[in-house]
Parts: sequence; C-alpha cells; structure tokens
Amino acid sequence: MTLQAYLTLAAMLFCIGLFGVLTRRNTIGILLGIELMLNAVNINLAAFARFLGDVSGMIFTVFTICITVAEVALGLALVILIYRIRRTAVADHLDLLRG
Amino acid sequence: MIASLAFGVLAVVLLASALAVVLTRNLFHSVLYLALSLTATAGVFLSLDAEFLAAIQLLLYAGGVVTIVVFAIVVTERLVGDRISQTSRQLGAGFGIAGALLVAILAIFRRSPLPIPRPAVSGDLTRAIGQSLLTTYVLPFELLGVLFLAALVGALYFARPDD
Repeated sequence: MTLQAYLTLAAMLFCIGLFGVLTRRNTIGILLGIELMLNAVNINLAAFARFLGDVSGMIFTVFTICITVAEVALGLALVILIYRIRRTAVADHLDLLRG
Repeated sequence: MIASLAFGVLAVVLLASALAVVLTRNLFHSVLYLALSLTATAGVFLSLDAEFLAAIQLLLYAGGVVTIVVFAIVVTERLVGDRISQTSRQLGAGFGIAGALLVAILAIFRRSPLPIPRPAVSGDLTRAIGQSLLTTYVLPFELLGVLFLAALVGALYFARPDD
C-alpha cells in the first residue's frame, strides 16, 4: 500500500474522532473521541517512519501511546471526581465558571 | 495483492468501528467498538511491519485504556437502563467542521502527492526501536517514567475516598 493510502485512512479516522469530540455530551464519550484522534496520529507517525526508513517515527508512536494511557487514567480520575461532586458526567452541566 | 486486500479489510473495519464509537447511543457499546477500532489499528501497524507497535497497542490501548474506561462508566453511570444512553448535540455543525477538515486534508493530498516507494525492511525493526530508545531517546524515555509516576500519584489523589 502507498503512503497516501495510510495518510488518507488516518485523516478519515481523525475527522471521525473530531466529530465525536464536537458532538458528544458525555465527558467519557468526548474522551473516546480524543482516543480515536490520537490513534490517527499514531498511524501517520508509523507510516512515515516505515516509508522514510527512519525509526524515529516509531519511537514517537511509542511515546504517544504511553502518554495517552497516562492522559486517559488522569482524565477518567477527573471525571469520577467531578461526578462525585456534581453527580453528573455531562459536559454541559459543568458550568460553574459561567458568569 | 494479499497485502492490499488485508489493508482494505482493516481500513473498512477501522472506519466502521470508529463511526460506531461516535454514533452509537449506548456508552458501553461505544467503548466496545473503541476496543475493536484499537485492535484494527494494531492490524494497521502489523501491515507497516511494526510488530512491536502492534503489541504495545494491544497491551496498553486495547487492554489498559478500555478497562479503565469501563471502570469509569461503571462508577459514573448504571450499566443497564436509561442512564447509559447518551445523546449528541449539534450533529450538523460537528459534521460540517469535521467534513470540512477532511476535505481540506484530502485536497492537500491531491495537490502534493507523496510518491515515496516503500523501502524493503532493513533488519529487525523491534531491535532498532529498542536500541534507539536506549541511546538517542534515553532522556525522554526516563522522563516517561517520571510522567507515569506523576500520573499514578495524581490519579490516586483524585480518586481517594472522601475523608
């Protein structure tokens, strides 16, 4: 497969994830959309690393995957904390800072 | 031939499951579709001869992230009944923005094609990743350990029982 095919696949995946982030109301749903977007970025990095014969892109993919896991763990801890205080996981209900 | 067929199947599974993640109403089903799409991504990595990436994708994402998200759903919603159904809003605007971005990216691809031939695999990629990780990128690698420690302590602090 050509590099173009991988990049197109990643672009589609990124846009699907962006659509999820923009339209979901549940905070966990928004996090799932972010996961999809990060996956698209990983595919891009790995594809460029493979086609350019440079292993650095794969190293970056390893770092992205690890940092994403840390991000998800912290993000969901925050969701649970907010749920405990406000009894909701819907992003629209979190309007404490609205003037 | 077989490679492009496998890529086509993987791409269809990946995009279909990703669409299911953002469109299905049941949050729990959404997570299960995310697990499918993450597994399909591991397959894409395999088609790029990156066996190590596929392995950590399965271990960390499909194993770790999905488990954590399921736990979070169990804590914040009920697994059965109405609570777990989620609604989306402003579908039109979201579709417009995401679609415009996709059209823009594809237009850029058409204007500047990248005719890079696929080079043959030179040596063991896993070995190359390991060597690069512990020589050139050893400092970010160690910082990653610090990040994980901070994330662990932070998550424990956030999720501590009320006192």
